[in-house]
Formats: sequence, C-alpha cells, structure tokens
Amino acid sequence: MTQTSPRASLTEAYGKALVELGERDPRLVVLDADTATENGTRAFGQRFPGRIFDLGVMDQSMMSIAAGLALDGRTVFANTAAVFAAGEAYNFVRQSICANRAKVKIGATHGGHAAGGDGGPTQMLEDLGLMRGLPGMTVVVPADAPSAAAATFALAERTGPAYLRLNGDLLPTVTEGTFAVGSAPELRSGSDLTIIALGALVGPALEVAEELAHVGLSARVLDFASVKPFDEPALLRAARDTGAILVLEEHSVLTGVGALVAATTAENYPVPVRRVGVPDVFGESGESASLRDHLGMSTERIRDEAWELLKSRGKVT
Amino acid sequence: MGDEVPAELVESLQATAREVRRDVVRMNLASRGGYLGGSLSVADLLTALLFRELRVDPQRPAWADRDRLVLSKGHAAAALYSALALRGFFPRDELTTFRQFGSRLQGMPDRIRLPMVDASTGALGQGLGMAVGMALDARLDRRATRVYAVLGDGECQAGGTWESLMAGAHHRLGNLVVVIDRNGFESDGPIESVLGIEPLVEKLRAFGYRTEEIDGHDFREILGAFAHARAATDRPSVVVARTVKGKGVSFMENTHVWHARAPTKDEAERALLELGLSPSEAAR
Repeated sequence: MTQTSPRASLTEAYGKALVELGERDPRLVVLDADTATENGTRAFGQRFPGRIFDLGVMDQSMMSIAAGLALDGRTVFANTAAVFAAGEAYNFVRQSICANRAKVKIGATHGGHAAGGDGGPTQMLEDLGLMRGLPGMTVVVPADAPSAAAATFALAERTGPAYLRLNGDLLPTVTEGTFAVGSAPELRSGSDLTIIALGALVGPALEVAEELAHVGLSARVLDFASVKPFDEPALLRAARDTGAILVLEEHSVLTGVGALVAATTAENYPVPVRRVGVPDVFGESGESASLRDHLGMSTERIRDEAWELLKSRGKVT
Repeated sequence: MGDEVPAELVESLQATAREVRRDVVRMNLASRGGYLGGSLSVADLLTALLFRELRVDPQRPAWADRDRLVLSKGHAAAALYSALALRGFFPRDELTTFRQFGSRLQGMPDRIRLPMVDASTGALGQGLGMAVGMALDARLDRRATRVYAVLGDGECQAGGTWESLMAGAHHRLGNLVVVIDRNGFESDGPIESVLGIEPLVEKLRAFGYRTEEIDGHDFREILGAFAHARAATDRPSVVVARTVKGKGVSFMENTHVWHARAPTKDEAERALLELGLSPSEAAR
C-alpha cells in the first residue's frame, strides 16, 4: 500500500490550493519571507501578482503586517519555515495575530526533521508545543499532499489564526485526502492497540499496523492532523476500546502531541501511553530517512514500543 | 502652513489635552499603576489625532473607511482611553475602571474587549508592522483610510520597528504616518545613555521616509506636520515629535523615574493642582 503510493510534495499541494482559494476569494492575500521559491507560492504570485508580498527576511514583522492586513476581515496566508514562524516570530504571532484574533493562516514549511542537510538551526522540532499553547490558535499537521490541500481549504473557511505545519519531503499518500478541524480520522480499525500519528509518521504507523496484522494483532491508527482543537472523543474511545496508545510524532516528546495524549488520558481514562518522538536534542545534518532513525523515530523503534505496549496489555508474551 | 491653525482651535485642543492629563493622573492613582511619564508626553499628539486629524466617527466605530490609530507604545493606554472617552467613544466614567479586573480598559489596549481601539498592542516593536499591514489593506481595497502609528522613542531600539519601516518605505505607503513620541527617556534612563538611537531623523530619512521634526506640545506644529504628511502621497512620513516626558507636571518632567511609577495621593493632588484644578477639585 504505502510503498506503492506516489510521493508528492505537501508544499506544492498547499500552493495549488492557495491559487484556487485566490480565485474564490478576491481579497485573499499571501505573504512570504524570502521563501516564495521554496514554499509553493510561486503559482499564486504568477496568477495574482498584486496579492502577494514577499517581505524578505522579515519573519517577525511579517506576522504583524499579516495581522494588520487581516483586521478588516481579509484572509491572509503568511509563509515561512517553521523554525522562523513558530520560533523567531513567536511573540509577534502571539501579540499581533493571536491577541487580535486576526485571520492569519501561517504556512510553516520544513516542519520537523525534514530540513535535512541544513541541520539543527532549521529543523523545527518544538513548534507544536509553542503554537498549541497560544489562545485561539488552530494547529494542523497534514500527513500527505491531498490532506494538506484539504486542510488549506478548511483553514481558509475558519475564523481566527491557524498554524499549518508542512513537512518538506515528498510523502506517500496515506489518507483519504480529507481534513476536518477537530477530527482524528481512523485510517485503520483495530482493538489491541491504538497508534496515534501525525505528519510524516502516519505512513510508518500504517506499516507497523500492517505488520502486526500479519501476526494476528489489530492496531487502530488515528491520523492526528488536527492537533488543536483535537478529537478528544476519538482519543478517549481509543483508550477505552484498545487500552493502550502509542503516539508517533516528528517533534520533541517534551511538549508534543504525546504529552497532550498522556495528559488527556491520565485525566479521563488512564491507559498506558508511549511516545515516539525526538528526545531533548537539536536536529543535525543528514538525509531525512537516516535522521529519522537517529533521532529516535525509526520503524524498528516504533515496532518495539508497540510490542512493549501489547505486552503490558497481555496481548503478547 | 502651521500658521493657518486658528487660535481658538489651539486653545480648545490645549484644554482637551489638559483634561487628558488630569485623567491620566487620576487613572494612575486609582489603579496604583500604569505609565505616567509616557502618557503625559503623548497627550498632545493623541489629542491632535483624535480631535482633529483622524477621520473617525464615535457613532460608527467600525466604519470601514475610518482612519486607523495604532498606539504601538501601548503602555500609554491611559492617555488613549481618556482621549477616546472625551471624543465620545465611551462614557468618561468608565475611565475609573482602568487596569481593574473585568474592565475593557486593560493595561494595554485590547481591541477584543474594546473594539474602538484599532489594534491590540503592548509588545514594543510590533505596532508599526500592524499599521503597515493596515495601510496595505486600505490600498488593496482602494479605501481612503489613512493609518497613524504612534511609537515611543524607546521602541526605536526594537528590531521590529526598523523591519516595518523598511516594509512601509518599500511599498511607498503614502497613507501611513509614523509619529514618534521623542521624550528622550525609557524605563532605565535617558535613551541616549542606555542605547542611543541618534541620529534618528537621518536614519529615518535614509530608510526612505519624508521626515519632519516638531515640538510635540505645539498644536500648530503638530497639525502642520500632519497636513504636510497628508499632502505627500508618494511615500510614508515620520513625524518626530520632541516631547517632554511627564509633560505638565513639574516634578515628573524630564526624568525616567515616573515611567512606571504610580503617584501617591499627595503627589496626585499636587499634579492635579499644576494641571489647573482647584485645591478642592484636586483633593477629590
């Protein structure tokens, strides 16, 4: 399945969706911070040259300018790499955008370890924790190109600010290509274990679930693309139905979705939760696949953690 | 051009600004907090904006074509609230709730609670960026809206201010006016000894702005500078308004001590006397 799916760029899908949104909404504008070349927004610029502003290496003030543009009801998509969007510009996002409830949608590219060769300075592994802590912020991490496009359309409809994290790799299509804010679609049903995954790790989640099926174990897989608001009913249903949850994310385990899942289940329906993500380290240079292994998110590791959970539930020995 | 401003108008604006300063002292006394020095220095500029320069209508606060005012130095909120109330945007009685729990008059302007302020501010270095966005927004919609950003001079040490200045100049935003309340002091002391920003006017000119340096307490000069800015449609303007921190109260003038210090009852009374109240009014 996933091996045979075509790989596609999320940023390109995002860019195409922006062009379509630009056709539908003549007031929509796009901002870039010297990132138009990499962010898939070239097509929008060619189609609507008067509605795109490249602000150069001005990631912080781009967020204030975006807010000012949006305060009279305009929809603004502001794009830059995740490390600059969530890191560099954090307080500009907080005060200019969130405190004004401005309808600014931040397209954060190169989220996770996929910035590859550039290494630690550009690999953003802490953004979801930062962004989901902001009052009123919607946080979304699509797993593939079709769902990235669907998420872009959904966020354009939604009031208030949003953070859309886009992985920079070409990723296989693993979802139905749909997206709804606040919903965690079940990509695979199962009753022995739930794997909650987001972004680039949804594919590996499905691979491991498939392997488990070969030995007679069924793992439910939830696509946690909507990080905030998140699908609490689906999460608690998973806790009740399967009794154990494994969380996979390209993010620091300190502040990521794993922490959110652990806290939510602990409060409502305690079950064993294990987190696969990045430990308390910066990224480094390397090719995406080997970095994923090095940073603690290998398929091997996922398999081991799943097995540990199944053991604790008495499903295997 | 400034000479054309009639004497009666100047007197009326001076009287209004004196009311603003009285309100500022009372609000800081009542809330035991706030930012006196910078609220008093900016009082004349905000009065000139709200009572003369800005196209706004208290009956239609959300009017799309209105001019916009971004108080980037959000800590001077008391002066803004007083001027808005005196202009008729909300009852003046409400000023007593400044900085109190449940009040719309937050310590820094908050447009979610108080929609007649055009931007939630309070993080220095961000207000001008929002104003640039608003000016672009008006241009895209072909609205006649003009956007006024009021900055502190301490804020001219913040990177965001210079980033946004670059953006405003690059896009030749003739509908943008930056007003700098150049009172010379920040919380820790004189700006030029903490981290100098001079030569400020030369820097702003080099950044692509039409600049004008004025006495920020002289209404003829203030209104003249705004008129010149309105006439220059090809690029944005900066009005560097030389002001006195703590203006109007002798013992608060030209010092950073009153940047964020609330007055005692006795100090407030003495301040109100200097601002023209009678002893019995000042003691109230």
